[in-house]
Amino acid sequence: MAIGGNLSWPNAWNWTRPTDEQPFPHSHGARHMIINLAFDVFAAILLLSAGMVVSSRNPVHSVLFLILAFINAAILFLIAGAEFLAMVLVIVYVGAVAVLFLFVVMMLDVDFAALAEGVQRYAPIGALVGLVLLIELGMVAVGWTIAPGAAAARLAPMAGGLTDTQALGALIYTRYLVLFQLSGVVLLVAMIGAILLTHRERKRAKTQNLDAQHRRMPADTLRLVTAELGQGVSLPSPAPTPAKEEV
Amino acid sequence: MSAFLATNTGFVLLTLAQSLALIVPLLIGVAYLTFFERKVMGAIQLRKGPNVVGPFGLGQPFADAIKMLFKETIIPTGADRVLFTIAPMLTFGLAIIAWAVIPVNNHWAIANINVGVLYLFAISSLGVYGIIIAGWASNSKYAFLGALRSAAQMVSYEVSMGFVIVTVLVCVGSLNLNDIVLAQRKIWFAIPLLPLFVIFFISGLAETNRAPFDLAEGDTEIVAGFFVEYSAMSFALFFLGEYANMILISAMTTTLFLGGWLSPIGIAPFTLIPGVVWFLLKIILCLFVFIWVRATLPRIRYDQLMSLGWKVFLPISMGYLVLVAGVLEIFGWLPNA
Repeated sequence: MAIGGNLSWPNAWNWTRPTDEQPFPHSHGARHMIINLAFDVFAAILLLSAGMVVSSRNPVHSVLFLILAFINAAILFLIAGAEFLAMVLVIVYVGAVAVLFLFVVMMLDVDFAALAEGVQRYAPIGALVGLVLLIELGMVAVGWTIAPGAAAARLAPMAGGLTDTQALGALIYTRYLVLFQLSGVVLLVAMIGAILLTHRERKRAKTQNLDAQHRRMPADTLRLVTAELGQGVSLPSPAPTPAKEEV
Repeated sequence: MSAFLATNTGFVLLTLAQSLALIVPLLIGVAYLTFFERKVMGAIQLRKGPNVVGPFGLGQPFADAIKMLFKETIIPTGADRVLFTIAPMLTFGLAIIAWAVIPVNNHWAIANINVGVLYLFAISSLGVYGIIIAGWASNSKYAFLGALRSAAQMVSYEVSMGFVIVTVLVCVGSLNLNDIVLAQRKIWFAIPLLPLFVIFFISGLAETNRAPFDLAEGDTEIVAGFFVEYSAMSFALFFLGEYANMILISAMTTTLFLGGWLSPIGIAPFTLIPGVVWFLLKIILCLFVFIWVRATLPRIRYDQLMSLGWKVFLPISMGYLVLVAGVLEIFGWLPNA
Protein backbone atom coordinates (compact mmCIF):
# COMPACT_ATOMS: atom_id res chain seq x y z
CA MET A 1 0.00 0.00 0.00
CA ALA A 2 2.60 2.52 -1.09
CA ILE A 3 0.78 5.82 -1.14
CA GLY A 4 3.94 7.88 -1.71
CA GLY A 5 5.50 7.63 -5.21
CA ASN A 6 2.67 7.89 -7.66
CA LEU A 7 0.51 10.59 -6.11
CA SER A 8 0.29 13.07 -8.94
CA TRP A 9 -1.96 16.11 -9.10
CA PRO A 10 -4.79 16.16 -10.09
CA ASN A 11 -5.45 12.44 -10.35
CA ALA A 12 -4.69 11.35 -6.80
CA TRP A 13 -6.02 14.44 -5.09
CA ASN A 14 -9.33 14.24 -6.81
CA TRP A 15 -11.84 16.01 -4.59
CA THR A 16 -14.91 15.32 -6.72
CA ARG A 17 -17.46 13.04 -5.18
CA PRO A 18 -18.47 9.98 -7.17
CA THR A 19 -21.95 10.36 -8.67
CA ASP A 20 -24.33 7.88 -10.23
CA GLU A 21 -23.29 8.91 -13.72
CA GLN A 22 -19.61 8.96 -12.94
CA PRO A 23 -18.60 6.77 -10.02
CA PHE A 24 -14.95 7.38 -9.16
CA PRO A 25 -14.36 9.70 -12.12
CA HIS A 26 -10.68 9.14 -12.69
CA SER A 27 -10.25 5.43 -12.28
CA HIS A 28 -12.54 2.67 -13.41
CA GLY A 29 -10.04 -0.12 -12.98
CA ALA A 30 -9.31 0.84 -9.39
CA ARG A 31 -12.99 1.04 -8.64
CA HIS A 32 -13.60 -2.48 -9.86
CA MET A 33 -10.71 -3.71 -7.81
CA ILE A 34 -11.95 -2.20 -4.57
CA ILE A 35 -15.45 -3.55 -5.21
CA ASN A 36 -14.08 -7.03 -5.87
CA LEU A 37 -12.07 -6.82 -2.67
CA ALA A 38 -15.16 -5.73 -0.72
CA PHE A 39 -17.15 -8.58 -2.23
CA ASP A 40 -14.52 -11.12 -1.22
CA VAL A 41 -14.34 -9.81 2.34
CA PHE A 42 -18.10 -9.72 2.92
CA ALA A 43 -18.74 -13.02 1.17
CA ALA A 44 -16.10 -14.63 3.40
CA ILE A 45 -17.74 -13.19 6.52
CA LEU A 46 -21.13 -14.36 5.25
CA LEU A 47 -19.91 -17.95 4.76
CA LEU A 48 -18.09 -17.99 8.10
CA SER A 49 -21.08 -16.73 10.04
CA ALA A 50 -23.38 -19.15 8.21
CA GLY A 51 -21.06 -21.93 9.32
CA MET A 52 -21.13 -20.64 12.87
CA VAL A 53 -24.96 -20.69 12.86
CA VAL A 54 -24.79 -24.47 12.56
CA SER A 55 -21.73 -25.16 14.66
CA SER A 56 -21.96 -22.81 17.66
CA ARG A 57 -23.03 -24.51 20.88
CA ASN A 58 -25.22 -21.78 22.27
CA PRO A 59 -28.50 -21.33 20.33
CA VAL A 60 -28.52 -17.58 21.10
CA HIS A 61 -25.10 -17.28 19.49
CA SER A 62 -26.49 -19.18 16.50
CA VAL A 63 -29.26 -16.62 16.03
CA LEU A 64 -26.80 -13.75 16.38
CA PHE A 65 -24.57 -15.31 13.73
CA LEU A 66 -27.66 -15.71 11.54
CA ILE A 67 -28.25 -11.97 11.92
CA LEU A 68 -24.64 -11.29 10.97
CA ALA A 69 -25.17 -13.47 7.89
CA PHE A 70 -28.29 -11.46 6.98
CA ILE A 71 -26.43 -8.19 7.28
CA ASN A 72 -23.58 -9.44 5.10
CA ALA A 73 -26.07 -10.68 2.51
CA ALA A 74 -27.54 -7.17 2.51
CA ILE A 75 -24.08 -5.73 1.92
CA LEU A 76 -23.61 -8.13 -1.03
CA PHE A 77 -26.90 -6.83 -2.46
CA LEU A 78 -25.54 -3.33 -2.01
CA ILE A 79 -22.35 -4.21 -3.89
CA ALA A 80 -24.47 -5.68 -6.69
CA GLY A 81 -26.28 -2.33 -6.94
CA ALA A 82 -29.61 -3.52 -5.49
CA GLU A 83 -29.81 -0.86 -2.78
CA PHE A 84 -33.56 -1.16 -2.19
CA LEU A 85 -33.39 -4.93 -1.67
CA ALA A 86 -30.44 -4.49 0.68
CA MET A 87 -32.33 -2.06 2.91
CA VAL A 88 -35.53 -4.09 2.86
CA LEU A 89 -33.59 -7.22 3.79
CA VAL A 90 -32.22 -5.44 6.85
CA ILE A 91 -35.56 -3.90 7.82
CA VAL A 92 -37.67 -7.04 7.40
CA TYR A 93 -35.36 -9.90 8.29
CA VAL A 94 -32.95 -8.33 10.75
CA GLY A 95 -35.26 -5.70 12.22
CA ALA A 96 -38.37 -7.83 12.63
CA VAL A 97 -38.09 -11.55 11.88
CA ALA A 98 -34.77 -12.19 13.60
CA VAL A 99 -35.87 -10.22 16.68
CA LEU A 100 -38.73 -12.67 17.11
CA PHE A 101 -36.35 -15.60 16.56
CA LEU A 102 -34.07 -14.21 19.23
CA PHE A 103 -37.02 -13.70 21.55
CA VAL A 104 -38.13 -17.31 21.28
CA VAL A 105 -34.64 -18.78 21.52
CA MET A 106 -33.71 -16.65 24.54
CA MET A 107 -36.80 -17.72 26.43
CA LEU A 108 -36.32 -21.42 25.72
CA ASP A 109 -34.91 -23.31 28.65
CA VAL A 110 -32.23 -25.32 26.92
CA ASP A 111 -30.24 -27.97 28.74
CA PHE A 112 -26.87 -27.83 27.00
CA ALA A 113 -25.63 -31.13 28.45
CA ALA A 114 -28.66 -33.05 27.16
CA LEU A 115 -28.25 -31.31 23.84
CA ALA A 116 -24.63 -32.40 23.54
CA GLU A 117 -25.63 -35.98 24.39
CA GLY A 118 -28.22 -35.91 21.61
CA VAL A 119 -25.63 -34.82 19.07
CA GLN A 120 -23.62 -37.99 19.71
CA ARG A 121 -26.64 -40.21 19.28
CA TYR A 122 -28.09 -38.64 16.18
CA ALA A 123 -24.81 -37.85 14.41
CA PRO A 124 -24.86 -40.89 12.06
CA ILE A 125 -28.44 -40.20 10.92
CA GLY A 126 -27.66 -36.52 10.46
CA ALA A 127 -24.59 -37.35 8.42
CA LEU A 128 -26.65 -39.69 6.25
CA VAL A 129 -29.31 -37.03 5.57
CA GLY A 130 -26.59 -34.51 4.82
CA LEU A 131 -24.91 -36.91 2.41
CA VAL A 132 -28.18 -37.53 0.53
CA LEU A 133 -28.79 -33.78 0.27
CA LEU A 134 -25.24 -33.21 -0.94
CA ILE A 135 -25.60 -35.87 -3.66
CA GLU A 136 -28.92 -34.38 -4.76
CA LEU A 137 -27.37 -30.92 -4.88
CA GLY A 138 -24.52 -32.29 -7.00
CA MET A 139 -26.99 -33.92 -9.39
CA VAL A 140 -28.88 -30.66 -9.78
CA ALA A 141 -25.68 -28.68 -10.30
CA VAL A 142 -24.46 -31.02 -13.03
CA GLY A 143 -27.73 -31.29 -14.92
CA TRP A 144 -28.76 -27.64 -14.58
CA THR A 145 -30.24 -26.11 -17.75
CA ILE A 146 -32.36 -23.02 -18.25
CA ALA A 147 -35.73 -23.77 -19.85
CA PRO A 148 -35.82 -22.59 -23.46
CA GLY A 149 -38.66 -20.10 -22.96
CA ALA A 150 -37.41 -18.72 -19.64
CA ALA A 151 -34.80 -16.28 -20.93
CA ALA A 152 -37.29 -14.71 -23.33
CA ALA A 153 -40.02 -14.43 -20.69
CA ARG A 154 -37.76 -12.55 -18.32
CA LEU A 155 -38.32 -8.81 -18.32
CA ALA A 156 -35.48 -6.38 -17.81
CA PRO A 157 -36.26 -3.24 -15.84
CA MET A 158 -36.88 -0.14 -17.88
CA ALA A 159 -33.76 1.80 -18.64
CA GLY A 160 -33.34 5.55 -18.50
CA GLY A 161 -32.39 7.36 -15.32
CA LEU A 162 -34.67 5.34 -13.03
CA THR A 163 -33.40 4.55 -9.58
CA ASP A 164 -33.29 0.96 -8.41
CA THR A 165 -36.45 1.44 -6.33
CA GLN A 166 -38.46 2.99 -9.16
CA ALA A 167 -37.44 0.26 -11.61
CA LEU A 168 -38.43 -2.47 -9.16
CA GLY A 169 -41.75 -0.80 -8.34
CA ALA A 170 -42.57 -0.27 -12.00
CA LEU A 171 -42.14 -4.00 -12.62
CA ILE A 172 -43.90 -5.27 -9.52
CA TYR A 173 -46.96 -3.09 -9.93
CA THR A 174 -47.47 -3.64 -13.67
CA ARG A 175 -46.14 -6.85 -15.12
CA TYR A 176 -46.05 -8.90 -11.92
CA LEU A 177 -49.05 -7.30 -10.19
CA VAL A 178 -51.09 -10.49 -9.86
CA LEU A 179 -48.19 -12.53 -8.52
CA PHE A 180 -47.31 -9.75 -6.10
CA GLN A 181 -50.87 -9.48 -4.79
CA LEU A 182 -51.17 -13.26 -4.52
CA SER A 183 -48.04 -13.49 -2.42
CA GLY A 184 -49.58 -10.86 -0.16
CA VAL A 185 -52.70 -13.02 0.17
CA VAL A 186 -50.56 -16.04 1.04
CA LEU A 187 -48.90 -14.07 3.84
CA LEU A 188 -52.29 -12.87 5.10
CA VAL A 189 -53.59 -16.43 5.21
CA ALA A 190 -50.48 -17.54 7.08
CA MET A 191 -50.94 -14.72 9.59
CA ILE A 192 -54.62 -15.45 10.20
CA GLY A 193 -53.82 -19.16 10.50
CA ALA A 194 -51.14 -18.50 13.11
CA ILE A 195 -53.52 -16.31 15.12
CA LEU A 196 -56.28 -18.89 14.88
CA LEU A 197 -54.00 -21.71 16.03
CA THR A 198 -52.65 -19.86 19.06
CA HIS A 199 -55.67 -17.85 20.14
CA ARG A 200 -57.63 -19.12 23.10
CA GLU A 201 -60.42 -17.55 25.04
CA ARG A 202 -59.36 -17.00 28.62
CA LYS A 203 -62.51 -16.83 30.68
CA ARG A 204 -60.99 -16.24 34.10
CA ALA A 205 -58.45 -13.65 33.08
CA LYS A 206 -59.06 -10.20 34.49
CA THR A 207 -59.20 -7.65 31.72
CA GLN A 208 -59.85 -3.97 31.80
CA ASN A 209 -63.04 -2.51 30.33
CA LEU A 210 -61.92 0.99 29.39
CA ASP A 211 -65.38 1.91 28.12
CA ALA A 212 -67.08 1.01 31.41
CA GLN A 213 -64.42 2.91 33.33
CA HIS A 214 -64.85 6.03 31.28
CA ARG A 215 -68.65 5.94 31.54
CA ARG A 216 -68.50 5.80 35.32
CA MET A 217 -69.50 9.14 36.84
CA PRO A 218 -68.94 10.39 40.39
CA ALA A 219 -72.72 10.62 40.85
CA ASP A 220 -73.09 6.87 40.22
CA THR A 221 -70.79 5.79 42.97
CA LEU A 222 -70.44 8.64 45.41
CA ARG A 223 -72.92 9.99 47.93
CA LEU A 224 -72.13 12.95 50.12
CA VAL A 225 -73.73 12.72 53.51
CA THR A 226 -73.64 15.09 56.44
CA ALA A 227 -73.64 12.82 59.43
CA GLU A 228 -75.54 14.03 62.51
CA LEU A 229 -73.66 13.84 65.79
CA GLY A 230 -74.18 10.49 67.45
CA GLN A 231 -76.50 9.28 64.68
CA GLY A 232 -74.17 7.73 62.18
CA VAL A 233 -75.07 7.07 58.58
CA SER A 234 -77.61 4.53 57.50
CA LEU A 235 -76.64 2.63 54.40
CA PRO A 236 -79.33 1.84 51.86
CA SER A 237 -79.92 -1.88 52.11
CA PRO A 238 -78.85 -3.93 50.32
CA ALA A 239 -75.71 -1.89 49.68
CA PRO A 240 -74.89 -1.66 45.96
CA THR A 241 -71.73 -3.66 45.38
CA PRO A 242 -69.64 -2.33 42.51
CA ALA A 243 -68.96 -4.83 39.76
CA LYS A 244 -65.50 -6.29 40.15
CA GLU A 245 -64.02 -5.45 36.76
CA GLU A 246 -64.94 -1.79 37.09
CA VAL A 247 -62.50 -1.07 39.89
CA MET B 1 -5.76 -1.11 -2.79
CA SER B 2 -2.78 1.09 -3.64
CA ALA B 3 -4.14 1.63 -7.18
CA PHE B 4 -7.39 2.77 -5.61
CA LEU B 5 -5.61 5.13 -3.25
CA ALA B 6 -3.40 6.45 -6.04
CA THR B 7 -6.41 7.87 -7.80
CA ASN B 8 -8.83 8.45 -4.95
CA THR B 9 -6.78 9.61 -1.98
CA GLY B 10 -8.46 12.98 -2.06
CA PHE B 11 -11.88 11.40 -1.95
CA VAL B 12 -10.97 9.08 0.94
CA LEU B 13 -9.45 11.94 2.96
CA LEU B 14 -12.44 14.15 2.21
CA THR B 15 -14.86 11.51 3.48
CA LEU B 16 -12.80 11.02 6.63
CA ALA B 17 -12.72 14.78 7.25
CA GLN B 18 -16.47 15.04 6.69
CA SER B 19 -17.15 12.20 9.09
CA LEU B 20 -15.02 13.88 11.75
CA ALA B 21 -16.71 17.22 11.10
CA LEU B 22 -20.04 15.54 11.81
CA ILE B 23 -19.15 13.14 14.64
CA VAL B 24 -17.19 15.57 16.83
CA PRO B 25 -20.01 18.16 17.04
CA LEU B 26 -22.45 15.28 17.52
CA LEU B 27 -20.54 13.94 20.52
CA ILE B 28 -20.25 17.40 22.03
CA GLY B 29 -23.96 17.82 21.35
CA VAL B 30 -24.70 14.56 23.16
CA ALA B 31 -22.63 15.68 26.15
CA TYR B 32 -24.41 19.01 26.34
CA LEU B 33 -27.81 17.45 25.76
CA THR B 34 -27.46 15.75 29.16
CA PHE B 35 -26.64 19.18 30.61
CA PHE B 36 -29.54 20.80 28.70
CA GLU B 37 -31.93 18.15 30.01
CA ARG B 38 -30.90 18.66 33.63
CA LYS B 39 -31.14 22.43 33.31
CA VAL B 40 -34.56 22.36 31.60
CA MET B 41 -35.97 19.82 34.04
CA GLY B 42 -34.54 21.88 36.86
CA ALA B 43 -36.32 24.96 35.56
CA ILE B 44 -39.59 23.06 35.12
CA GLN B 45 -39.40 21.68 38.66
CA LEU B 46 -38.27 25.04 40.15
CA ARG B 47 -34.74 23.85 40.87
CA LYS B 48 -31.41 25.19 39.68
CA GLY B 49 -29.99 22.13 37.97
CA PRO B 50 -26.21 21.61 37.78
CA ASN B 51 -24.52 24.93 38.56
CA VAL B 52 -21.29 24.12 40.40
CA VAL B 53 -18.71 22.95 37.83
CA GLY B 54 -17.54 25.90 35.74
CA PRO B 55 -19.60 28.96 34.78
CA PHE B 56 -23.35 28.11 34.91
CA GLY B 57 -22.32 24.50 35.49
CA LEU B 58 -21.13 24.18 31.88
CA GLY B 59 -18.27 21.88 32.91
CA GLN B 60 -20.69 19.31 34.34
CA PRO B 61 -20.78 16.96 31.27
CA PHE B 62 -16.98 16.70 31.31
CA ALA B 63 -16.88 16.13 35.05
CA ASP B 64 -19.39 13.30 34.57
CA ALA B 65 -17.39 11.82 31.70
CA ILE B 66 -14.15 11.84 33.69
CA LYS B 67 -15.88 10.25 36.66
CA MET B 68 -17.25 7.48 34.43
CA LEU B 69 -13.86 6.87 32.83
CA PHE B 70 -12.16 6.29 36.15
CA LYS B 71 -14.71 3.86 37.53
CA GLU B 72 -14.20 0.13 37.46
CA THR B 73 -15.90 -1.92 34.76
CA ILE B 74 -17.56 -4.89 36.41
CA ILE B 75 -18.61 -7.95 34.45
CA PRO B 76 -21.05 -10.06 36.48
CA THR B 77 -20.46 -13.78 37.04
CA GLY B 78 -22.16 -16.00 34.51
CA ALA B 79 -22.36 -13.17 32.01
CA ASP B 80 -21.55 -13.81 28.37
CA ARG B 81 -18.37 -11.72 28.36
CA VAL B 82 -18.11 -11.11 24.63
CA LEU B 83 -21.74 -10.14 24.07
CA PHE B 84 -21.78 -8.16 27.32
CA THR B 85 -18.95 -6.02 25.97
CA ILE B 86 -20.29 -5.74 22.43
CA ALA B 87 -23.83 -4.60 23.35
CA PRO B 88 -23.04 -1.02 24.51
CA MET B 89 -20.67 -0.50 21.58
CA LEU B 90 -23.41 -1.66 19.21
CA THR B 91 -25.96 0.73 20.71
CA PHE B 92 -23.66 3.71 20.52
CA GLY B 93 -22.22 2.82 17.10
CA LEU B 94 -25.66 2.47 15.53
CA ALA B 95 -26.70 5.83 16.95
CA ILE B 96 -23.75 7.42 15.17
CA ILE B 97 -23.64 5.66 11.77
CA ALA B 98 -27.22 6.69 11.03
CA TRP B 99 -25.94 10.26 10.70
CA ALA B 100 -24.12 9.38 7.46
CA VAL B 101 -27.24 10.15 5.42
CA ILE B 102 -28.79 13.09 7.29
CA PRO B 103 -28.56 16.26 5.17
CA VAL B 104 -27.65 19.20 7.41
CA ASN B 105 -27.83 21.64 4.49
CA ASN B 106 -28.59 21.38 0.77
CA HIS B 107 -26.45 18.43 -0.42
CA TRP B 108 -24.48 18.51 2.83
CA ALA B 109 -24.60 14.84 3.74
CA ILE B 110 -21.70 12.42 3.96
CA ALA B 111 -23.61 10.01 1.72
CA ASN B 112 -26.48 11.39 -0.32
CA ILE B 113 -27.90 7.98 -1.21
CA ASN B 114 -31.09 7.17 -3.08
CA VAL B 115 -32.55 5.03 -0.30
CA GLY B 116 -31.71 7.42 2.55
CA VAL B 117 -34.99 7.01 4.42
CA LEU B 118 -34.81 3.23 4.23
CA TYR B 119 -31.25 3.36 5.54
CA LEU B 120 -32.37 5.42 8.53
CA PHE B 121 -35.28 3.09 9.15
CA ALA B 122 -33.03 0.02 8.87
CA ILE B 123 -30.48 1.43 11.31
CA SER B 124 -33.12 2.44 13.84
CA SER B 125 -34.66 -1.02 13.61
CA LEU B 126 -31.26 -2.51 14.46
CA GLY B 127 -31.14 -0.46 17.66
CA VAL B 128 -33.17 -3.09 19.48
CA TYR B 129 -30.27 -5.56 19.30
CA GLY B 130 -28.00 -3.56 21.58
CA ILE B 131 -30.67 -3.67 24.25
CA ILE B 132 -31.77 -7.27 23.83
CA ILE B 133 -28.16 -8.54 23.73
CA ALA B 134 -27.30 -6.52 26.83
CA GLY B 135 -30.32 -7.91 28.67
CA TRP B 136 -29.53 -11.49 27.81
CA ALA B 137 -25.76 -11.33 28.26
CA SER B 138 -26.05 -9.80 31.75
CA ASN B 139 -27.39 -13.07 33.16
CA SER B 140 -29.79 -11.14 35.36
CA LYS B 141 -33.56 -11.41 35.59
CA TYR B 142 -34.19 -7.67 35.83
CA ALA B 143 -31.99 -6.96 32.83
CA PHE B 144 -33.67 -9.70 30.84
CA LEU B 145 -37.18 -8.46 31.65
CA GLY B 146 -36.17 -4.94 30.69
CA ALA B 147 -34.75 -6.18 27.40
CA LEU B 148 -37.91 -8.13 26.58
CA ARG B 149 -40.11 -5.14 27.34
CA SER B 150 -38.00 -2.83 25.30
CA ALA B 151 -37.76 -5.18 22.32
CA ALA B 152 -41.53 -5.69 22.18
CA GLN B 153 -42.06 -1.95 22.50
CA MET B 154 -39.62 -0.98 19.77
CA VAL B 155 -40.91 -3.57 17.31
CA SER B 156 -44.51 -2.42 17.91
CA TYR B 157 -43.88 1.26 17.35
CA GLU B 158 -41.70 0.67 14.32
CA VAL B 159 -44.72 -0.57 12.38
CA SER B 160 -46.70 2.65 12.63
CA MET B 161 -43.50 4.65 12.13
CA GLY B 162 -43.01 2.76 8.87
CA PHE B 163 -46.48 3.71 7.67
CA VAL B 164 -45.86 7.37 8.54
CA ILE B 165 -42.64 7.30 6.53
CA VAL B 166 -44.43 5.66 3.58
CA THR B 167 -47.03 8.46 3.62
CA VAL B 168 -44.28 11.07 3.44
CA LEU B 169 -42.68 9.13 0.59
CA VAL B 170 -45.98 9.11 -1.32
CA CYS B 171 -46.00 12.91 -1.05
CA VAL B 172 -42.38 13.23 -2.20
CA GLY B 173 -41.93 10.48 -4.77
CA SER B 174 -38.36 9.78 -3.70
CA LEU B 175 -36.51 7.96 -0.95
CA ASN B 176 -33.68 10.49 -1.02
CA LEU B 177 -33.57 12.62 2.14
CA ASN B 178 -32.33 15.65 0.22
CA ASP B 179 -35.33 15.42 -2.13
CA ILE B 180 -37.67 15.01 0.85
CA VAL B 181 -36.49 18.31 2.33
CA LEU B 182 -36.62 20.09 -1.03
CA ALA B 183 -40.21 18.88 -1.53
CA GLN B 184 -41.16 20.92 1.56
CA ARG B 185 -40.20 24.30 0.06
CA LYS B 186 -43.88 25.26 -0.36
CA ILE B 187 -45.19 23.86 2.88
CA TRP B 188 -43.67 21.76 5.63
CA PHE B 189 -45.19 18.31 5.85
CA ALA B 190 -46.00 18.92 9.51
CA ILE B 191 -49.01 20.98 8.42
CA PRO B 192 -50.83 18.78 5.86
CA LEU B 193 -49.76 15.61 7.69
CA LEU B 194 -50.26 16.94 11.22
CA PRO B 195 -51.71 13.71 12.73
CA LEU B 196 -48.82 11.73 11.30
CA PHE B 197 -46.33 14.26 12.62
CA VAL B 198 -47.73 13.74 16.11
CA ILE B 199 -47.75 9.95 15.70
CA PHE B 200 -44.17 10.00 14.44
CA PHE B 201 -42.97 12.09 17.33
CA ILE B 202 -44.71 9.95 19.95
CA SER B 203 -43.41 6.78 18.27
CA GLY B 204 -40.00 8.41 18.42
CA LEU B 205 -40.39 8.76 22.18
CA ALA B 206 -41.24 5.06 22.37
CA GLU B 207 -38.43 4.10 19.99
CA THR B 208 -35.82 5.83 22.14
CA ASN B 209 -37.29 4.42 25.37
CA ARG B 210 -37.91 7.92 26.69
CA ALA B 211 -40.54 8.93 29.23
CA PRO B 212 -43.48 8.30 29.26
CA PHE B 213 -42.50 5.09 27.45
CA ASP B 214 -39.41 4.28 29.52
CA LEU B 215 -40.79 0.98 30.80
CA ALA B 216 -37.63 -0.76 29.71
CA GLU B 217 -35.82 0.95 32.57
CA GLY B 218 -38.74 1.44 34.95
CA ASP B 219 -36.86 2.00 38.20
CA THR B 220 -39.73 1.07 40.48
CA GLU B 221 -40.46 -2.27 38.83
CA ILE B 222 -37.27 -3.65 37.32
CA VAL B 223 -34.65 -1.42 38.98
CA ALA B 224 -33.02 -0.04 35.84
CA GLY B 225 -33.94 -2.55 33.20
CA PHE B 226 -31.52 -3.84 30.61
CA PHE B 227 -28.44 -1.92 31.79
CA VAL B 228 -28.72 -2.69 35.50
CA GLU B 229 -25.51 -4.76 35.45
CA TYR B 230 -23.48 -2.21 33.53
CA SER B 231 -21.03 0.12 35.19
CA ALA B 232 -18.44 2.76 34.32
CA MET B 233 -17.74 3.34 30.63
CA SER B 234 -20.01 0.57 29.32
CA PHE B 235 -22.89 2.20 31.19
CA ALA B 236 -21.85 5.59 29.83
CA LEU B 237 -22.02 4.21 26.28
CA PHE B 238 -25.63 3.13 26.80
CA PHE B 239 -26.43 6.47 28.35
CA LEU B 240 -24.80 8.42 25.52
CA GLY B 241 -26.40 6.09 22.96
CA GLU B 242 -29.83 6.96 24.32
CA TYR B 243 -29.12 10.67 23.98
CA ALA B 244 -27.57 10.25 20.53
CA ASN B 245 -30.73 8.40 19.52
CA MET B 246 -32.83 11.28 20.83
CA ILE B 247 -30.88 13.68 18.61
CA LEU B 248 -31.24 11.26 15.71
CA ILE B 249 -35.02 10.97 16.08
CA SER B 250 -35.21 14.77 16.32
CA ALA B 251 -33.17 15.05 13.13
CA MET B 252 -35.47 12.54 11.41
CA THR B 253 -38.54 14.49 12.55
CA THR B 254 -36.94 17.70 11.31
CA THR B 255 -36.04 16.20 7.94
CA LEU B 256 -39.36 14.47 7.33
CA PHE B 257 -41.79 17.03 8.74
CA LEU B 258 -40.17 20.34 9.68
CA GLY B 259 -38.45 21.14 6.40
CA GLY B 260 -34.88 20.20 7.35
CA TRP B 261 -32.52 23.11 6.73
CA LEU B 262 -35.23 25.30 5.10
CA SER B 263 -36.09 28.57 6.79
CA PRO B 264 -39.65 28.85 8.11
CA ILE B 265 -40.48 31.84 5.89
CA GLY B 266 -38.85 32.01 2.48
CA ILE B 267 -38.09 35.77 2.49
CA ALA B 268 -34.94 37.81 2.90
CA PRO B 269 -33.94 38.07 6.58
CA PHE B 270 -34.72 34.44 7.20
CA THR B 271 -33.12 32.97 4.10
CA LEU B 272 -29.85 34.79 4.86
CA ILE B 273 -29.31 32.64 7.94
CA PRO B 274 -27.41 29.49 6.91
CA GLY B 275 -29.42 26.27 6.62
CA VAL B 276 -27.31 24.52 9.25
CA VAL B 277 -28.51 27.02 11.86
CA TRP B 278 -32.15 26.39 11.03
CA PHE B 279 -31.53 22.65 11.10
CA LEU B 280 -29.93 22.89 14.56
CA LEU B 281 -32.66 25.18 15.89
CA LYS B 282 -35.36 22.73 14.79
CA ILE B 283 -33.49 19.82 16.38
CA ILE B 284 -33.16 21.76 19.63
CA LEU B 285 -36.88 22.52 19.54
CA CYS B 286 -37.67 18.79 19.17
CA LEU B 287 -35.22 17.93 21.98
CA PHE B 288 -36.86 20.50 24.22
CA VAL B 289 -40.23 18.80 23.65
CA PHE B 290 -38.60 15.43 24.49
CA ILE B 291 -37.43 16.85 27.83
CA TRP B 292 -40.63 18.76 28.47
CA VAL B 293 -42.62 15.54 28.04
CA ARG B 294 -40.29 13.72 30.42
CA ALA B 295 -40.66 16.36 33.10
CA THR B 296 -44.45 16.49 32.74
CA LEU B 297 -45.97 13.07 32.12
CA PRO B 298 -45.97 9.99 34.36
CA ARG B 299 -44.89 6.62 32.94
CA ILE B 300 -47.75 4.77 31.26
CA ARG B 301 -48.68 1.18 31.97
CA TYR B 302 -47.42 -1.60 29.71
CA ASP B 303 -50.84 -2.65 28.37
CA GLN B 304 -51.63 0.99 27.63
CA LEU B 305 -48.38 1.25 25.72
CA MET B 306 -49.21 -1.79 23.61
CA SER B 307 -52.82 -0.81 22.93
CA LEU B 308 -51.70 2.71 21.97
CA GLY B 309 -49.23 1.33 19.44
CA TRP B 310 -51.33 -1.39 17.88
CA LYS B 311 -54.93 -0.19 18.32
CA VAL B 312 -54.55 3.57 17.90
CA PHE B 313 -51.44 4.54 15.97
CA LEU B 314 -51.39 1.66 13.49
CA PRO B 315 -55.00 2.09 12.23
CA ILE B 316 -54.69 5.89 12.09
CA SER B 317 -51.42 5.84 10.17
CA MET B 318 -52.69 3.17 7.75
CA GLY B 319 -55.93 5.06 7.18
CA TYR B 320 -54.10 8.33 6.67
CA LEU B 321 -51.80 6.69 4.13
CA VAL B 322 -54.81 5.54 2.09
CA LEU B 323 -56.42 8.98 2.48
CA VAL B 324 -53.32 10.87 1.37
CA ALA B 325 -52.71 8.54 -1.58
CA GLY B 326 -56.38 8.93 -2.61
CA VAL B 327 -56.31 12.73 -2.37
CA LEU B 328 -53.08 12.95 -4.34
CA GLU B 329 -54.48 10.63 -7.01
CA ILE B 330 -57.82 12.44 -7.35
CA PHE B 331 -56.33 15.92 -7.62
CA GLY B 332 -53.46 14.76 -9.80
CA TRP B 333 -50.85 15.90 -7.26
CA LEU B 334 -48.85 12.70 -7.32
CA PRO B 335 -45.17 13.44 -7.85
CA ASN B 336 -43.47 11.92 -10.94
CA ALA B 337 -46.91 10.93 -12.27
